[in-house]
Amino acid sequence: MMRAKSMSLTGWGRHPATQSEAYRPEKLSEAKAILTATDLPLLARGSGRSYGDQALNEGGAVILTPRLDRLMSFDAETGELAAEAGIALGDIQRLFVPRGWILPVSPGTGFATLGGAIANDVHGKNHDHVGSFGSHVTWIELMLASGEVRRITFDSDSALFAATVGGGGLTGVILSAGVILAKAPSNAYRVTERRIGDLSGFMAALEETRHTAAYSVGWIDGLARGSSLGRGILETADFAPTSLPDDAKPKRVPIDFPGFALNSLTVAAFNALYHKRVPATGRERIRHYRDFLYPLDAISDWNRIYGKKGFAQFQCVLPDVTAAAGLKWLLEEVSATRAASFLAVLKTLGGEGRGMLSFPTRGYTLALDFPWKSGTQDLLRRLERITLNHGGKIYLAKDCALSPEGFAEMYPRLGEFRSVLEEVDPTGRFTSDQSRRLQIRSAR
Amino acid sequence: MSKAIASQTGRTWLILGATSPIARAFARQVAEAGARVLLAGRDTQELARIAGDLTIRGAPEVLALPFDAVDMASHAGFCTAVAEAAPAGTLDVYLGFGVMPEQVDMEADPALALDCIAGNYGGAVSVLLRLAPHLEAGRNGKVVIVGSVAGDRGRLKNHIYGSAKAGLATFAAGLRNRLGRSGVTVTTVKPGFLDTGMTWGLPGIFLAASPDDAARGMLKAALKGKEIVYVPFFWQFIMLIITSVPERIFKKLAI
Repeated sequence: MMRAKSMSLTGWGRHPATQSEAYRPEKLSEAKAILTATDLPLLARGSGRSYGDQALNEGGAVILTPRLDRLMSFDAETGELAAEAGIALGDIQRLFVPRGWILPVSPGTGFATLGGAIANDVHGKNHDHVGSFGSHVTWIELMLASGEVRRITFDSDSALFAATVGGGGLTGVILSAGVILAKAPSNAYRVTERRIGDLSGFMAALEETRHTAAYSVGWIDGLARGSSLGRGILETADFAPTSLPDDAKPKRVPIDFPGFALNSLTVAAFNALYHKRVPATGRERIRHYRDFLYPLDAISDWNRIYGKKGFAQFQCVLPDVTAAAGLKWLLEEVSATRAASFLAVLKTLGGEGRGMLSFPTRGYTLALDFPWKSGTQDLLRRLERITLNHGGKIYLAKDCALSPEGFAEMYPRLGEFRSVLEEVDPTGRFTSDQSRRLQIRSAR
Repeated sequence: MSKAIASQTGRTWLILGATSPIARAFARQVAEAGARVLLAGRDTQELARIAGDLTIRGAPEVLALPFDAVDMASHAGFCTAVAEAAPAGTLDVYLGFGVMPEQVDMEADPALALDCIAGNYGGAVSVLLRLAPHLEAGRNGKVVIVGSVAGDRGRLKNHIYGSAKAGLATFAAGLRNRLGRSGVTVTTVKPGFLDTGMTWGLPGIFLAASPDDAARGMLKAALKGKEIVYVPFFWQFIMLIITSVPERIFKKLAI
C-alpha cells in the first residue's frame, strides 16, 4: 500500500511554493504501483535542486525518487555505470573518484540526482570539451503513462530519448539509466584564479581558456558599473596529478536570513571582497574535487541566505556572435536596478545537447540570482527580452518566470517535443507547474 | 560518511530482513567498510538488486539467501547455509525484520495478531536460537536486534505489536547474558520514528530519523558493544517519561 503525504514544495530558489501529494517509493515495484494508486497528474522529483517551478506539480502528485538509489552495475572496461535514478551525483563521485572514475559532467551541486541530471540535460564547467550530461547517457529505463517500462537508447528510440533528455520529466518517470564515467587521474584539480577587469577582458580570456583548460568559469560582480562592468575572477582548472586527503566539514546556514541582510550594499561589499581575495597577480591552488565542483554544497541549505521569500535564478545562453553586446545589456540592466545579484557566473558552452529541450548551445552563458521582491518579475521580463533580442535562450532548470511566447521562440524543437508527448502520453498524465506556465503541451 | 566506521574487512554481516530501508542502509555501511554480506529476506528480486548495489559499493562478496521469519520449519536449513557461508568467528548478525499490522485489524482477527507475534518475536527467537551455537563457537561477533519503543509500554493503540517487541527485548537481554560468556555482544536497538514508508504521510510523526542516520547509530552502538540504545537517542527521554506514568493513570490514556 502506498501512502501519500500532502506537502508544500518549492524548487531550490524557494519560490514559488505549491501543494501536492507526495509519494516516496522505497523500491522500483512501489514506483510502478503509483501509476494506478492515484488518478492525479504525476511528476517525478529528485532532490528538488532545480530552482523554479520545474519539479512542482500543483494539485497533482509528485514521485520523490531519492530512495530509488541502488547502483546496478559497473563495467570497469568501458566505465559504464548503471544506477537507479534517485542516486545523488555526489554519492556516485564519493564512491568512484577514489577508484579513478568521475562523472564526465557535473552541475554545481552534488545533491542533484541522476534522473534530474538527465531530465535537465545539465552541464558543467567543462562543457566546451565534453558536452552536457545526456551525451554520456547510454540508456534510460523510462516508465510511461501507460505503465509500460521501456529501455530506450539514442539509437533505438531516438525521438523519445531526445524528448526525455532535457524533457523535465514530462515523458514519464526515469527509473534508472546508464552513464559512462570518465577516468579521473586524481581527486583534485589544479585551479588557477586571476582577476579580470571588465567584460571584454572576460570574454577574451574565456575565448582563450576554452581551448587551453579543461574547466573554466567566471565569477562576475553583478553590481560593478561603468568601466568595471563585468569585472570578476576567472577560474580555470585541470586535473592535478596527485590526490588530496578526503576530509569534509559541512557548515550550515542555521536560520533564514532576514530580508534586509542582502541588500545592494552588503552584496556590493561581499562582491568587492570576493574580487580582492585573489591577488592582483593571480594564484594557483590544488583543490579537492568537491570544493571545486560543488563549492556551495559544503554549506547546507545555502538557499536560506535569501530569506523566506526565496530567490529567482536567471540563466541564459547567448550565441558567440551576439554575446558581447547581449551580456553588456544584461549586466547593465542588472546593475542599474541594483537588484543585488550575488555572484554572477559566466561560462562558455560548446554546442547543442541531444535533447529537444536541451539548454546548451554554443555561446556564453550567464547565471544570476535575485532575492524575490516586488520588481523581480519585471526585471526577469526585461532580461528575457534582452535574451530574445540576442538570439539566446533561458535554462528551464533555473526558470520560474519565462513567458510561453518567449519559450516557444527560444526552443525551436518544441513542435517535435509535443509530437512525442502526443504519442507517449496523449492524456497528459505527466505535468509540472512549469509545463502549464510555459504551455509546453498545449497550443498547436 | 562511513569513514568513522571501523574496517569490517574479514567480517561477514548477516542481514535478516534485508529489504527494509534501515537494513539496506545498515548493509551499505558495513559493505562500504569492507564486510562480506549475507542478505536474507522474502523478496528475492529486491535482494538481488540490493546485492548488486552492495557489491559495487565495495563489499568483497554478497550472497542473497531466501528467508521467511514466520516459516520456522525452514530456519534449521537456513542457519546451516549461514554457517557454511560464514565460518565460526567471522559472523555478525543484524536482525531487523518485523511486521506492524493495524491494531484494530488484529483485534478483529486474532489470527492476524498471532502472525504479528510470529513475525516480530517467534521468528526471531527461532532463528537466533539456531544461530547461537555457531556464534558461541566463534567466540566473537556482534548481534544487533531491532526492537521498538513500542515494547516499552503497552499502549491502547499498539499493544499487540508492542508486546511482541517487549518479548523480543526480554529475549535479547537473556541472549546477551548467554552469548556474552563467549565474547559475543548483543545490542538491543529501540528505534523511535524513522523516516521510512512505514511512517511516511502518517499524522503525528516528528523528528523522524533518516535511514542512514539510524543505521549509523545502530552500527556504532554495536561496534562499541553497547547493550541497549534508543535511535535517535532522545527517545530514551521520551520513553522515560512514558514509562514513569503510573499505570492507574496510563490505563486511561488513549495514546
